[in-house]
Amino acid sequence: MNNLLFLLLSSVSIISALLVIFSKNPVYSVLFLVLTFFTLAGHFAIFLGAEFLAIVNIIVYAGAIMVLFLFVIMLLNLNKESEPTTPMLSKISAIVAGGLFLLVLFAALTNQINAPEALNSKAGDIGMVKKLGQVLFTEYLLPFEISSVLFLSAMVGAVMLGKKDLKQG
Amino acid sequence: MDNIPTAHFLILAAALLAIGMALVLVKKNAIMVLMGIELMLNAANINLVAFSRQDAHQLQGQLMAMFVLVVAAAEASIALAMVIKVFYHFKTLDLDELSELKG
Repeated sequence: MNNLLFLLLSSVSIISALLVIFSKNPVYSVLFLVLTFFTLAGHFAIFLGAEFLAIVNIIVYAGAIMVLFLFVIMLLNLNKESEPTTPMLSKISAIVAGGLFLLVLFAALTNQINAPEALNSKAGDIGMVKKLGQVLFTEYLLPFEISSVLFLSAMVGAVMLGKKDLKQG
Repeated sequence: MDNIPTAHFLILAAALLAIGMALVLVKKNAIMVLMGIELMLNAANINLVAFSRQDAHQLQGQLMAMFVLVVAAAEASIALAMVIKVFYHFKTLDLDELSELKG
């Protein structure tokens, strides 16, 4: 039952990730990528015991980043079949390169099949907010603060880049 | 509900990473390439969270995945602002034509 659910969720995520590549319209690509992120959040929540991360993944990735992508695509009016046709040769070579990359990763992972299992998968609340927050605000306090500075600089940079003309102020 | 072996998640993440790399290589549109990068970041996140099950006290993997999320959000906003700027300047997003810096 558990394996079946895992298989179903994984196949949905991989097929929708493939459809991101194969759909011509950029808007459909974004929507399939949102579907992929939803299935990944399902993996986090159901199998990996990371419920908080699943929710954050949905909010930040599917809710914010992908909407930003969609917004830019709509703003630049790319939502028609305006994909410039890639030459067949580069398409084939990209697919071959991706397949070879997957092969290399598989070969590296075959030794990993007998990896030690999760230590205490019994504890049901490892990914909940309380535990995560305790670790985040004690041991990872400095990276947390630094990431706020990162966000501030990203915000300033985005506003500066987004202004129409810098000379006019 | 979590007795799926770690190796299965590694294989899933490997497949998604390969798909993301193919997306970066195939598409000529700059926005599509950014989406491929987001997919690859998420594939790495699966690995981090899967390994985090081995470490239930510190949750280092999950914390690292959260910081990856933070960096991805900042990167996406900056990159999309740059994409808009590039589109208004060059009237195209075709990465093969944006070769101003090529010597």
